[in-house]
Amino acid sequence: MIYADNAATTKMSQAAIDKMVSLMKDTYGNPSSLYRFGQKAKEELELARETVASVIGAEPREILFTSGGSEADNQAIRSAAILGKAKGKTHIVSTKFEHHAVLHTLDKLEKEGFEITLLDVHEDGLVRPEEVAAAITDNTALVTIMYANNEIGTIQPIAEIGRICHEKGVLFHTDAVQAITHVPINVVEQNIDMLSASGHKFHGPKGTGFLYAKKGIKLSNLIEGGAQERGKRAGTENVPGIAAMAVALKEASDKLDETAKYLIEKRDRLIEGLYEIEHSALNGDRTKRLPSNVNFCFEGIEGESLLLLLDEKGIAASSGSACTSGSLDPSHVLLAIGRVHDVAHGSLRLSLGEDVTDEDIDYMISAVKEVVTYLRSFSPIWRDLVAGKKQFIL
Amino acid sequence: MALYSEKVMDHFLHPRNVGVIEDADGVGEVGNAKCGDIMKIYLKIDNEIITDVKFETFGCGSAIASSSMATEMIKGKPVTEALELTNKAVAEALDGLPAHKMHCSVLAEEAIKNALEDYQSKQKK
Repeated sequence: MIYADNAATTKMSQAAIDKMVSLMKDTYGNPSSLYRFGQKAKEELELARETVASVIGAEPREILFTSGGSEADNQAIRSAAILGKAKGKTHIVSTKFEHHAVLHTLDKLEKEGFEITLLDVHEDGLVRPEEVAAAITDNTALVTIMYANNEIGTIQPIAEIGRICHEKGVLFHTDAVQAITHVPINVVEQNIDMLSASGHKFHGPKGTGFLYAKKGIKLSNLIEGGAQERGKRAGTENVPGIAAMAVALKEASDKLDETAKYLIEKRDRLIEGLYEIEHSALNGDRTKRLPSNVNFCFEGIEGESLLLLLDEKGIAASSGSACTSGSLDPSHVLLAIGRVHDVAHGSLRLSLGEDVTDEDIDYMISAVKEVVTYLRSFSPIWRDLVAGKKQFIL
Repeated sequence: MALYSEKVMDHFLHPRNVGVIEDADGVGEVGNAKCGDIMKIYLKIDNEIITDVKFETFGCGSAIASSSMATEMIKGKPVTEALELTNKAVAEALDGLPAHKMHCSVLAEEAIKNALEDYQSKQKK
């Protein structure tokens, strides 16, 4: 099987598995206990915090461990909203193509009286810093913009957006779930006040993640109870998971440049190959995108059928089609970059793993070509397009 | 557990009656405006019996499987019997569809009814 859905989740690294198993077997003490056996677990926890902090240029006390990216997003935005409201500020700036962990939290805040501005991301899937600047008012409590988009992989000008926020005295949060370990991140140099990350996206375990919050930002709890995580997240810490996440994060970050160089070459080979399919288009900017991300729309076909047929050929991929979403609407990300419904249905995301080879890429190109041609052969939409009864969009 | 039943996968991977009938006696096309799926049915009818049926579908696995199964169920049947085909019968013949995919079988029922109505309206002329 070629696993090309690494934006959904990744295979755990062997070093992370070893770390996790070793802690589960031998260091199962409760880090809040005072005896040595518990304190050993506490040491592992704090070691993990130091590792995570050093990777993103933060201080250990600025790292809060969570159950994943969604929880970190929720806590960051809720905390900023509460801090803002205390100062009478009730406006939040974000974008149309954020992850639902952000968008749904903002929906709730809107119902609670906040004013939400969702910026356009244009056809290339990129936020314009000057539009962020224009959207900020005296009433703005927070700007939250993702580092890289989960579907189309576009990398946002985070450092510049952060600089604008700081000039205007507004808190800046970024959901870096897709970006971390793929793009160099330094929270100080890039003017980031809060950052969310998820362990299983970089070969760590599921159910792990962290929130970076700059010293001085008072976080509010989502979970009340004991005094764990400096009192900001109650519940006995997932020590084996956290320690394994830190191992995976360090491992992936140490070889970031090498991996990026390798994957960009593979990504570009795949993009060029898929462009040979007529009436297709790449979604998102050609170069300002994650090294692992390829996302295409193919006119006249539907994405779920495409995925099922690729699965039959041993390729695991993803689509923004309505039929795969559980709801009846196509991906909000593809709609946000201006793809119309018909076209958004025929989308395919291939997110590459670091072990992908040229042979894998070539196999994927030929498999996608074959499946698209087959599905078009009995698509009434394709028939109308070819007959000239409908205009081609791509 | 797989997303779809073996029957659905069989009809999706090996769809029956795919294609077009150029001199069809009835043609029906329906679309689900919201999810975007489109189904087109072509009928050849002789002496009130459906002698041939073809389909074209733009849609997900269950939409293609529903089209395939529905065309199998009406092939060789009298028009009056085909008019009674329900989406429930199509879904049952496929050993069930996930709840959020039931609308695909509705689309198949509607496409066939639409084609039969087209045939009947042409008869009246």
